[in-house]
Amino acid sequence: MPKITFPRMGESYRTFKMLLEDLGNEVIVPPRPSKRTLDLGIRYAPEFACFPLKILMGTYLETIEMGADTIVTTGGVGPCRAGEYAMLHHKILSDLGHNIKMIVFEPPRLHPFNFIKNIRALNKSGVSIRGIISHIKRAWRKLQALDNAEKLTHIVRPREINRGSTTRVYRKVLEWIDQAYTTEQIIEAEAAALEALRNIPQDPERPVLKVGIVGEIYVLLEPASNLEIEETLGNLGVEVERSMFLTGWTRDNTWKETTEGITVKEAASPYLPELVGGHGRDSIGNTVLYAKRGFDGVIQLAPFTCIPEIVARTILPRVSKDYDIPFLTFFLDEQTGKAGMTTRLEAFIDLLKRKKQLQYSAGALTG
Amino acid sequence: MAIKVGIPSALLYYLYYPLWQAFFNEIGIQVVTSGKTTKDILNKGVREALADACVPVKLFFGHVMEIKDRVDYLFIPRVVCINRKTVYCPKFLGLPDMIKHSIVGVPPVIDIRMDTRQGVFALLKAYLEIGDMFGVGKLSIYRAYRKACRMLDRYKKLLRNGWNPHEAINLLNRPGAILAKPPEPGLKFAVLGYPYNIYDSFINVNMLDKLRRMGVGVITAENISPFLLARQKNCGLPKRLFWTFSDLALKAAHLLFRQGRVDGVLHLTAFGCGPDSLLNKFIELEAKKHRDIPFMTLMIDEHTGEAGMSTRLEAFVDMVKRRKEALACQK
Repeated sequence: MPKITFPRMGESYRTFKMLLEDLGNEVIVPPRPSKRTLDLGIRYAPEFACFPLKILMGTYLETIEMGADTIVTTGGVGPCRAGEYAMLHHKILSDLGHNIKMIVFEPPRLHPFNFIKNIRALNKSGVSIRGIISHIKRAWRKLQALDNAEKLTHIVRPREINRGSTTRVYRKVLEWIDQAYTTEQIIEAEAAALEALRNIPQDPERPVLKVGIVGEIYVLLEPASNLEIEETLGNLGVEVERSMFLTGWTRDNTWKETTEGITVKEAASPYLPELVGGHGRDSIGNTVLYAKRGFDGVIQLAPFTCIPEIVARTILPRVSKDYDIPFLTFFLDEQTGKAGMTTRLEAFIDLLKRKKQLQYSAGALTG
Repeated sequence: MAIKVGIPSALLYYLYYPLWQAFFNEIGIQVVTSGKTTKDILNKGVREALADACVPVKLFFGHVMEIKDRVDYLFIPRVVCINRKTVYCPKFLGLPDMIKHSIVGVPPVIDIRMDTRQGVFALLKAYLEIGDMFGVGKLSIYRAYRKACRMLDRYKKLLRNGWNPHEAINLLNRPGAILAKPPEPGLKFAVLGYPYNIYDSFINVNMLDKLRRMGVGVITAENISPFLLARQKNCGLPKRLFWTFSDLALKAAHLLFRQGRVDGVLHLTAFGCGPDSLLNKFIELEAKKHRDIPFMTLMIDEHTGEAGMSTRLEAFVDMVKRRKEALACQK
């Protein structure tokens, strides 16, 4: 029986494991990217490939050691490099002598037949179409539950009284959601998880800064690649809002908090009307939206040499000036060190705090 | 006084300048270019552009800085797709926006979108729009466009015959002038890469000249007939490369490796080039299959020095020569 693996992105592997097992596959769960993953990735991936490609290269090699022989991944239609990853990974793996089958999911709207073909290839236990749909729906619900729990940690962590309690509780509740199988169980586990997170002792009076995180999806979603930036920021007393989750939610929030109700695309169009691939335009649009919602700052995360984010980064200083919102960019690669990143974050947060205090005192004088 | 439109001599300049020049001249507009790359232009570009951008984009910023105060408009079209199949690098797609929002005091930018996936007449429509900005009648625009297209065809034919862009542009502007053809060389190398790197003799520190002086003839993707390249299909990959120049370079690599008529293959790439990180690996893997043709990657950046480039080229040329002699002895 083929052993299937897939790219790891944050905690989402719990859902994909469940879905693939429901379809009757043997799943090899990709390990959390470590130093060894990176070493393997750097050795075999091209030097100037973006960071996600290197991590995935390493992950694939590790899972192959664990016995995987089929890789499920996503494709794309460009112009971002991510759309060609699968092709290059396959070539490099074949060159290394691994005979691996790649199942590449292209955007279903453009390639409906590819989608159906892939689903059939993965459907080992012959589940009916209705069964597949219900499995996918349940998996989606689980993904939402995982995202909701993560979102809540971003709000709770800066206010926690005992440093580290949020992370501890979060690790625990992830297992609860992981154990849940039916939709009812997932909903129950989610409710219990959110309850447990809310019950962490918190200091509601503590002044908390709000920072939005924008950038390329992989480095946003995989904490191992961004050196747990959200946790670091939370410990610095900063509430983080990430612009991207696998289940997507930014728009609803924007509708609530701004009166204009504009989409990310509309917000970005005065600066970057063209889709430059990846999430370049989203980075600009989300920065505008965060500014409109009164955030204190924005942090952009991008892999080194990421083309769309370089375009966005070139334009961001203008956005920052127009909307008076400070921003900080991290180009991440295997050389990025945690201490260096923390220092830069601390300096950035200090600036934001000073800026906020100045605004308050100016308001007090004139008001 | 005639309106002056500035065209930075970088990136797409190397492939489309004759078309743009003919078009603007025909509708009564003066074209100003920034000329060949100089140390000064490079420095300006490095200062203005983001540190993480690749050298060609930094050079583009430099060329814009060079002419921005001398012209009424800057012509930086947003070229998305010309052949209805492949797009350009995302940095090309966001180029007008990067210039507008990061350089202070740029004149109005003509950033017409050119995307042939929207229809057969998308290009003509784009040029009609440009002409319309200057209040030129539709019919004269159409005539200018036809003439410009013919100019482009002649230019591409010259490139295919082995002239480099600067020589070809000179030939177009001064019909009848005949340039001395280089003597028939002993060795023949394929130089793959993007026109704006290969033909910018400043940024690649005279690579083509150096090769010529070492007695090596050069063939580039522009010298190969598009028909032959198109026959390479997807080069054995499930998907083609998304980016026009990369796609062409990979096809050229496949064709040349397969034909086996070249003595060596060089891939010229710029530090931090996104598409090249994939393209280079694909060419390398292809080169592995053809062990009889040596392959080398040359990387350039804003610090590339004369000596370093010479050393690498000389070593490669020597190796190829000795290999050839050794093979001749065996026979």
